[in-house]
Amino acid sequence: MLRTIWVMWLREVKKFSRSRSRIVGALGQPLLFLLALGYGLGSVFRAAGQGNYLQFLVPGIVGMSIIFTSIFNGMQIIWDRQFGFLKETLVAPVPRIAIMLGRTLGGATVATVQGCIVFALTLALGFHPYCWTFIVPAILMMFLMASLFSAFGLTVATFVRDMQGFQLVMNFLVMPMFFLSGALFPLTNIPPLLRVLVTVDPLSYGVDGMRTLLIDTSHFGLAVDVTILIAITTLLLAIGSFVFSRLQV
Amino acid sequence: MADIIEVKELTKRFGNFQAVKGISFSLAQGATFGFLGPNGAGKSTTIKMLTTLLRPTSGTILIDGHDPASEPDAVRRAFGIVFQDPSLDEDLTTWENMELHGLLYGVPRGTRRARIDELLDFVELDDRRNSYVREFSGGMKRRLEIARGLLHDPKIIFLDEPTLGLDPQTRNHMWAYLGRLKAREGITVFFTTHYMDEADRHADTVAIIDHGCIIASGTGGELKRQTRKDTLEDAFLLLTGRDIRDEGASGLEHLRMMRRARGR
Repeated sequence: MLRTIWVMWLREVKKFSRSRSRIVGALGQPLLFLLALGYGLGSVFRAAGQGNYLQFLVPGIVGMSIIFTSIFNGMQIIWDRQFGFLKETLVAPVPRIAIMLGRTLGGATVATVQGCIVFALTLALGFHPYCWTFIVPAILMMFLMASLFSAFGLTVATFVRDMQGFQLVMNFLVMPMFFLSGALFPLTNIPPLLRVLVTVDPLSYGVDGMRTLLIDTSHFGLAVDVTILIAITTLLLAIGSFVFSRLQV
Repeated sequence: MADIIEVKELTKRFGNFQAVKGISFSLAQGATFGFLGPNGAGKSTTIKMLTTLLRPTSGTILIDGHDPASEPDAVRRAFGIVFQDPSLDEDLTTWENMELHGLLYGVPRGTRRARIDELLDFVELDDRRNSYVREFSGGMKRRLEIARGLLHDPKIIFLDEPTLGLDPQTRNHMWAYLGRLKAREGITVFFTTHYMDEADRHADTVAIIDHGCIIASGTGGELKRQTRKDTLEDAFLLLTGRDIRDEGASGLEHLRMMRRARGR
């Protein structure tokens, strides 16, 4: 069981470390958001009395890079299923749950590394955390978020058969989760409907947790953030393992 | 001697469509069995059920004495498989693909290393052990998949169209490997192919499946005698008709195109 988890984890990490183009390519989007929004809207944000927008935005952008990397990684299963490695693991005499866990942890590790790279870039662009030692728990927070969305991506991908389905998931699940998470705007004084959507969006708690640790601004409170993230991750892992154990090709 | 594969009244239904309609057959240890049929006849569905990838709607299967439904891991240890679509990890090297398989199947380290060396030598890929699989030609990938499928010493190897898309040279090589393999390890070979001469030459017995039913089985010679044809291909065409079959898998075709376009 542990050996299988380890092997599947190692595979994800090896693949990631070898795809430099993927690592660099995944930096484009967060950088663009930082430049266009962070600098573009900075003065408006300041005029509204909300302080420095770049500072506010960075935890959200790191969260964005985590959600996109982990879900994209999980969705690789769609290709893997017909042309790839998935079948090789499905006929192996190992528990399916170990395959699911290994892939989730591998994907989470990869997304966390990607998140750290983005975070390092924001430091170079002028972001300064309010307490440097809190970067360590912030990285743990990234890993928690990444585990959640890796498990989510893997589980959803088992129901998706083709590219159209992938686009559907990206447009109707991932994009809304990102835009409705409070990654880009403060959660105070928002309309009730938006508040409901923000509250059911798991990314909100990840971004809020990051913000607590990096710029000492919190909406839900760190304890709530961590509890909810752990609860959802556990639930998704349970669902994912079940779905995986029933998976047919 | 007990049969290594025993299938009774095996049925698979997808919604209203019955892909496999109560087929029965058995295979002796060490046999080479050609499973033939037009596209969409039920070949792949049957292989998937035999290899624990798909649950049968009804009927029984025994692989090396184990039922895939109740003892999937015992069944999985008993066979190796080469899928129709490659299932190698192209971002890993030859060695890493083998090593990963060995780890998944719990082959102990010492035996694993020795066995990988031996098998890579056997399929003539030992000089490419550190090459990435994505650099390989179709034939090389197929050889590596055969080597990988044999790593855990299976009693049966399933080959789903192992020679599809290969040139005649590589095809001949492939059968030469398999011939030597049988001589050396006494392994049972279960293969599908669209090349009838291949089936005639290499299979001890063949079965022809069409519309989910086995419509003929026996040695190549027996089928030719029954149909009074000179070649197995003519016999096959007589038995299955000349209509062209469409496989209802447009989604899969689409994915294939996407994958090609993405260059991976």
